[in-house]
Amino acid sequence: MKYVIIGNGPAAVSCVDGIRSVDNEGSITILSKEAHPAYFRPLISYYLEGKSKEENIYCRRADFYQKNHVETVLGEAVAIDKENRIVALNSGENIAYDRLCICSGSSPFVPPMKGLETVEKKFTFLTIDDSFALEQAVDKNSRVLIIGAGLIGLKCAEGLRDRAGKVTVCDLAPRVLSSILDDECAMVVQKHLENCGIAFSLANTADHFNGNTAYMKDGSVIDFDVLVLALGVRPNIGLFKDAGGECDRAIIVGNDMKTSIDDIYAAGDCVEQYDISFGNKRIMALLPNANIGGYTAGVNMAGGKALFDNAVPMNSIGFWGLHIMTAGSYANDGSAQMTEIKDESGIKRFFIKDHKLNGFMIIGDVKSAGIFTNLLRNQTDLSDMDFEALIKSPNLLPFGENYRRKTLRGVV
Amino acid sequence: MKRVYVNEEWCLGCHLCEYNCAFSNSGIKDMVKALKGKKITPRIHVEDDGKIHYAVSCRHCEDPLCIKGCISGALSKDENGVVAIDHDKCVGCLTCMLLCPYGSITTDENETVLKCELCMQNGGIPACVQGCPNRAIVFEEVEE
Repeated sequence: MKYVIIGNGPAAVSCVDGIRSVDNEGSITILSKEAHPAYFRPLISYYLEGKSKEENIYCRRADFYQKNHVETVLGEAVAIDKENRIVALNSGENIAYDRLCICSGSSPFVPPMKGLETVEKKFTFLTIDDSFALEQAVDKNSRVLIIGAGLIGLKCAEGLRDRAGKVTVCDLAPRVLSSILDDECAMVVQKHLENCGIAFSLANTADHFNGNTAYMKDGSVIDFDVLVLALGVRPNIGLFKDAGGECDRAIIVGNDMKTSIDDIYAAGDCVEQYDISFGNKRIMALLPNANIGGYTAGVNMAGGKALFDNAVPMNSIGFWGLHIMTAGSYANDGSAQMTEIKDESGIKRFFIKDHKLNGFMIIGDVKSAGIFTNLLRNQTDLSDMDFEALIKSPNLLPFGENYRRKTLRGVV
Repeated sequence: MKRVYVNEEWCLGCHLCEYNCAFSNSGIKDMVKALKGKKITPRIHVEDDGKIHYAVSCRHCEDPLCIKGCISGALSKDENGVVAIDHDKCVGCLTCMLLCPYGSITTDENETVLKCELCMQNGGIPACVQGCPNRAIVFEEVEE
């Protein structure tokens, strides 16, 4: 059996683990655009902050590829011939496969912006090479302007604060982390970041640039030395789409990580799969899902049986001591009932739908939040549980003695 | 593998396991110096509603979600099945805390993650078990 994996990130190495859990014989080839072994992408900001050393960012030990008999080929896949089961590389080389897994990740999205070509020092923030480049470009006098107050933009701001003179973040959205927080929670996070020295210009973005000056939508002007474009990402799906595969905004996969094309699987940031909290297929480009999805794909490619049938979006993110955890869906469309606790330790919001936890948002006191993630992922019926007590003090008491005997007295 | 298991019906709720854990992991030889006047950050905790009490620590799951979620590769399973943490790699993102179904992950004042490693570095017999006055916590092999 010839396994080929396009991409070399967390989903790809988890796919190798999945394949090798079933098949120790087949050959595995990884096709990679980046010259680095698989690394944890979220660490690129911690590298800038000085919390992660370069040698510690890699997903697996140095001997991982050799030990698992994985051949890595540096090059960009440019076409998939599904009839003949061949992946063509930009080098002209053709790689044959029996089972293919696409773990091609995503790319920064940069919309056309007037005058952007006149900006000398501009960066996106998605790869470790972006971090190396920013490290060179930014010094103690640099004024950094980051466009985008999402997860990537804010993590970049945290990574750069102590390296730069000033960091300003702007976003067209009126709040920070607009994809995962509501107005009130976002304000708590924004205030904290402001106290930590980050400046914001929200509900506002750059209209056009001229050299080191950004002319903002509201008429104001921001002078900067370094520009970071963190407007979001787009899944890398071109290859698969061109081969006639079924895509929406990303590659559509089932719970077994199979795509619409025979013997082609996909996992990680380039896929859209069923989200049990929203009740439809969505992109959940988050590391835990990449690892679980990649492993699931690998097992199935090798003829085993695995399902990833409880995917939900889940985020744990912190900035200088303030922690934020969110999971599931919390659309305020009236279909879910909200229960909340607000006190000096922060805000906790839980969204209950049909007696099941459908999503939550916790700012501040995040202790034992995994108990809620577990209720969400397993769609546990809360009818017989004292949920009010649980949110005040997350512990295993409301789960009852049988559950505790099973989990604390047995192997899980 | 041997793990820490809890006999809820025998737990007295004395919290000694928490103190023994904090002492054992402090690296300080004298218990008074290690604990007196300090806010302890044990890797085991007792849950209590006045009637029921029992200790909770890492279950060293067969297929640990914390490892699947770890964004830095700090968490891994060693050859004995122990879920261990590399403090040099941990960046304190707490994704493991978001994923642990049992609330077994905690942090210290520096915000790096602390979890039970079965006292592998402290002589191999968990201090919580050694100090439990009523055998409410045991270290043994259980059939899967």
